[in-house]
Amino acid sequence: MTIINYIFFGFVGLGVLFSFLRILLGPTSADRVAALDTLNVVLTGTIVFLALVFKNGLYLDIALVYGLLSFTETVVISRYLEGKK
Amino acid sequence: MSILGYILITIGAFFYFLGGLGIFRMPDVYNRLQAGTKATTLGSFSVILGVGLVNLDYLPKALIIIAFIALTNPVGSSVLARAAYLKGIKPTDKTKVDEYKGGDEK
Repeated sequence: MTIINYIFFGFVGLGVLFSFLRILLGPTSADRVAALDTLNVVLTGTIVFLALVFKNGLYLDIALVYGLLSFTETVVISRYLEGKK
Repeated sequence: MSILGYILITIGAFFYFLGGLGIFRMPDVYNRLQAGTKATTLGSFSVILGVGLVNLDYLPKALIIIAFIALTNPVGSSVLARAAYLKGIKPTDKTKVDEYKGGDEK
């Protein structure tokens, strides 16, 4: 089942490339944070798939911590962008 | 069971690609949030459930990660959309109805 790895990393590489282009040339900062949120979710799924590639269950814990930190990052940057009333 | 898991992983990878494409080509912050968040939520469900089905030892932690993503991903998208609206970023000219302001006019 090694052909699955090539298919998976091909699709994930294209998705990461488009998200990263949007981070580079987004007009406003909200666009950049939206693209960063998508990129974080894609990387969380990729870390879970790496547990299957390397046959090591420790990657699931890393994915859980990475998802928690990415959610906190999105909420904190959004509250910062909102500004004070 | 293993074949079903690999099929789910391939479908989820395709939805990851669709999420990245949607966040690249949509014209607006709100459209980009909708495309990116919905596609990547479904892709994450499919990929992580597929990994749990291929190796059954990973299934409990995979279900925990699925529940965590299902809780946090829409919350982050909603908070970001509200922040973008309150900051004053306008939608495109094709958007007709502004429900946040409460009226039919834009």
